[in-house]
Amino acid sequence: MRPILLQGHERALTQIKYNRDGDIIFSTAKDQHICAWFAHNGERLGTYHGHQGALWTVDVDPTSTLIASGAADNTVRLWEIRSGKCLKVWEFNTAVKRVEFNEDGSQLLAVTEKRMGFLGTIEVMDINLDPEAEQSDEKVLTITCEESKATVAGWSYLSKYIIAGHEDGTVSQYDAKTGEQLDNTQIHEPDMPITDLQWSADRTYFITASKDKTAKLINVQDLEVMKTYVADTPLNSASITPKKDFVILGGGQDAMGVTQTDARQGKFEARFYHKVFAEEIGRVRGHFGPLNSVAVDPTGKSYASGGEDGYVRVHQFDKGYFDFTYEVERQAKAQGQM
Amino acid sequence: MAPSFDHLPDPEDEDYDEDEELDFSDLRERFEVQLEQGLDAFVVIDGLPSVTEETKPKLIKFLKRKLDPVGRVKEDSIFMPLGPDGTSEKFAFVEFSSAAEALAACKQLDMVPLDKRHTLRVNKLTDIERFGREGRIDENYTPPTIPPFEEKEHLRSWLADPSGRGRDQFVMYKDDRVQIFWNNEKDAPEPIVDRQHWTETFVQWSPQGTYLTSMHAQGVQLWGGPSWTRQKRFAHPFVNLVDFSPGEKYLTTWSHRPIVIPEEGHPMLSVDDDGKNYVIWDIETGKPLRSFANLDLPSNTTDEAGQPVKRKIVWPAFKWSADDKYVARLTQGASISVYELPRMGLLDKTSIKIEGVMDFDWAPAVPHREGVKTYEQLFCYWTPEIGSNPAKVGLMSIPSKEVVRTLNLFSVTDAKLHWQSNADYLCVKVDRHSKSKKSLATSLEIFRVREKGVPVEVVDAIKETVINFAWEPKGDRFVIITTAEVVAPTAVPPKTSVSFYCPEKVKGAGVGNFKHIRTYDKKNSNAIYWSPKGRFVIVATVHSQQSFDMEFFDLDFEGEKPESDKDLTANLQLMNTADHYGVTDIDWDPTGRFVATSASIWKHAMENGYHLYDFKGEQLREEPVEKFKQWLWRPRPPTLLTKEEQKQIRKNLREYSKVFDQEDADRGASADLAVVEHRRRLLDEWLAWRAQIEEEVKQEREARGLPLDPIEDLIKRDDDEEDQVIEEIVEEIVEETEEIIG
Repeated sequence: MRPILLQGHERALTQIKYNRDGDIIFSTAKDQHICAWFAHNGERLGTYHGHQGALWTVDVDPTSTLIASGAADNTVRLWEIRSGKCLKVWEFNTAVKRVEFNEDGSQLLAVTEKRMGFLGTIEVMDINLDPEAEQSDEKVLTITCEESKATVAGWSYLSKYIIAGHEDGTVSQYDAKTGEQLDNTQIHEPDMPITDLQWSADRTYFITASKDKTAKLINVQDLEVMKTYVADTPLNSASITPKKDFVILGGGQDAMGVTQTDARQGKFEARFYHKVFAEEIGRVRGHFGPLNSVAVDPTGKSYASGGEDGYVRVHQFDKGYFDFTYEVERQAKAQGQM
Repeated sequence: MAPSFDHLPDPEDEDYDEDEELDFSDLRERFEVQLEQGLDAFVVIDGLPSVTEETKPKLIKFLKRKLDPVGRVKEDSIFMPLGPDGTSEKFAFVEFSSAAEALAACKQLDMVPLDKRHTLRVNKLTDIERFGREGRIDENYTPPTIPPFEEKEHLRSWLADPSGRGRDQFVMYKDDRVQIFWNNEKDAPEPIVDRQHWTETFVQWSPQGTYLTSMHAQGVQLWGGPSWTRQKRFAHPFVNLVDFSPGEKYLTTWSHRPIVIPEEGHPMLSVDDDGKNYVIWDIETGKPLRSFANLDLPSNTTDEAGQPVKRKIVWPAFKWSADDKYVARLTQGASISVYELPRMGLLDKTSIKIEGVMDFDWAPAVPHREGVKTYEQLFCYWTPEIGSNPAKVGLMSIPSKEVVRTLNLFSVTDAKLHWQSNADYLCVKVDRHSKSKKSLATSLEIFRVREKGVPVEVVDAIKETVINFAWEPKGDRFVIITTAEVVAPTAVPPKTSVSFYCPEKVKGAGVGNFKHIRTYDKKNSNAIYWSPKGRFVIVATVHSQQSFDMEFFDLDFEGEKPESDKDLTANLQLMNTADHYGVTDIDWDPTGRFVATSASIWKHAMENGYHLYDFKGEQLREEPVEKFKQWLWRPRPPTLLTKEEQKQIRKNLREYSKVFDQEDADRGASADLAVVEHRRRLLDEWLAWRAQIEEEVKQEREARGLPLDPIEDLIKRDDDEEDQVIEEIVEEIVEETEEIIG
């Protein structure tokens, strides 16, 4: 796999997102602008300027019309992808660490930071996917995290639940309509923050990454841990691959500790695990800082990783990747189970 | 009864007595009996002969002479009451001038024989009061109950590996857990026992693997048997270090804090052990044999501020002879004290005076000197140049204390003693300085202990300084590491060279002269690890920041032998090199089949964990372990097979190999099968769950009247406008040629 190196950011990457068709990559970094790239050749489509603080998060709606972004300037902004126009600004009390559209793009959630006397919250806004339309100011739902602030959150299938990962290693399940907390489970080691939460294609299960050096595959209905992937380094991101039953984990020693050791120490590699067998399959080297975000093309053709080193590396999967199967998988396929 | 507020006398009352107001405190002070204070200086002496009025003064005079060294006693302060029949009651009260003297008398005079039939028993009067008061002692004798015999667990059961594969055990200490495993080569080790807080500082195996030692503030505990129960404990408070005798009979414990025996006593130690640092214990009985204080030597070096530099503790301070019969301690510069076990008395009641003695070491096996039939143990020692006398290396035979060989040496700065494991050879590594004392060179003086008269062979002077030396266990070859200069520890360690030596071939029996085989230059290596069975050796760089290489050598390579080595008893071959980032420790398993290399958090916090190699240097496993501290293979006791039986096995090795190979193959196949089976189950479970959840979601969508794909609909709406086809025509000139026609 020969990577395409996307050199557009000047500071550490914070999140990477593919659109639904897998042809555009959106990336955010601490340098205050969002970049959009063509996935197949790495050409820059454009940038979105306007935020006044480090960007933490970006998401694209399922129709690839709009993107939403959250930043340390306490705002969530909505942009038209095509024109780069900022359509709407929502103000919050604290920085926004995560935004996500629900499955039909009708709602957007934003996770706000706990700071300056404000508790961490999850806010929900209604979205009109028509770029010409007026967006509502109103926050239709506010979930306040009393116990431990949410670090990541997302929508389940049918926009039925909002799932949040917390700083204390727990995962919560909220009713997406009422905001009522339905469940809260200690998934990762206590007081090891959950750093990422990404969905399967049909949003019936998700993967969490944590500083406790594991990633876990969780059933959305009862928050049951179905698989655990053990790594030897703190993890910042985890993603589920479509088409193939793999997961990709990214992490590495904390940026603060990196200078104390040499590159081989940092373990700045993307790790591939088999989703079902939870066995490590391979690693991809390249970054020279921890991986902050990994994202997989929803069509399953490529994946991208963004590092503390300020680069995005896009890897097109090759034949070997698609051909790799376990014997039991081949047998199951032959029997028509898969 | 003291007057309380309720009973305060009322002056209006009729029977109010003014006298009650009188102050008696002055009188009370004067006449009150100071119970404890006064009697503390008294002792009671029992076990005296019976005397009459006439012979009494004679006995008192005699007693006084005995007591005088402890404290001055006046004749009239010895009180010997006479019974109604005019004879004494065989005891006496003695008053000393202070409680301290009385205490000293109890310590020093108790159990001292007076004559053949009488032994003094000296006790403090207050103790007799305290312990012997009426009611404290039962008048009727009750025989002590002897607990019924309980069968102990088999302490060597681990030698019969339940899987029948002769695997070895190892202990791993990480974070606060101690875990013991069976080594499974490539596969994950099989856990045997896992306990949290099993030890406080470190763990240690006994030399034959019978016990696992755990260290606690209260003392040392030994564990063993199939269920890992506590076998023994030795309550040495604040113990720091522990050392076993080679036969596992005795144990030395040491603490930097002198023992303090509290007022109420100590369950195992006695008042005599107060202020001591070392305790030597009998493992079988669990009782202390003798305790010793630290030897505080005036150190002859001072630091920059002129303060004497604290000498590093030499461990083990008490060195054991190979058969557990003797233990000896060095008093540097003066003498060696050899104690006989199990009495722990000094051999011939005196230390062996050796002027200037710097170091000594016991032969690690019972020596076999030619022509010596009687029992002996040997130790070697060396003394530096004193005045015009040369430096000396000596071999002393115990118990005869006869010096069987000495060697004079000149210009010696330092010497190190290296015994070969069978006590066949002793190599003395002598660092010599030139006349100007500017440069150093090393020579190796090898004593051939087995041969008549113990001849000494000098291995040609090595120009460089030897920083490490190691004999092949049970063999006659050795490896040295040399460096051009020894400088103070710097960031970049100096380059080193590794040299191999072996005896040359001779006709007939006997061992030829030691010859140099080969030298590998420009290395960083600093450590030598021989396989416990000999032949294979690892030369490695440990505790380094830059390099972590390990080289696996074979000294009996079965391939072609270079022409230059044809007269040597070795065929040296570098088999493999390996690299373990941050390696701090290397440990061969007791059979010499596997090597564990580990990076311990005690030294640094980077990539802690272990690697496992086979003897050829092929890596079998690699596992990072959080907060990894220690890896120790469980030692094995010496084999019970005779030489002939071992020879027989070696002869039939091919047959055994066949069986073992078959077993390995079968196990591998079944393990693979199990893995495949496990995967199949996982996959089936997963597919079943997917089928179920997909169906559920589908139904739920239908129930809500939503389309099956939430997005398709949205996109269709978007794509109402016709697709726009963008055509891009790219013209590329492949080749351009110009031809001039005409």
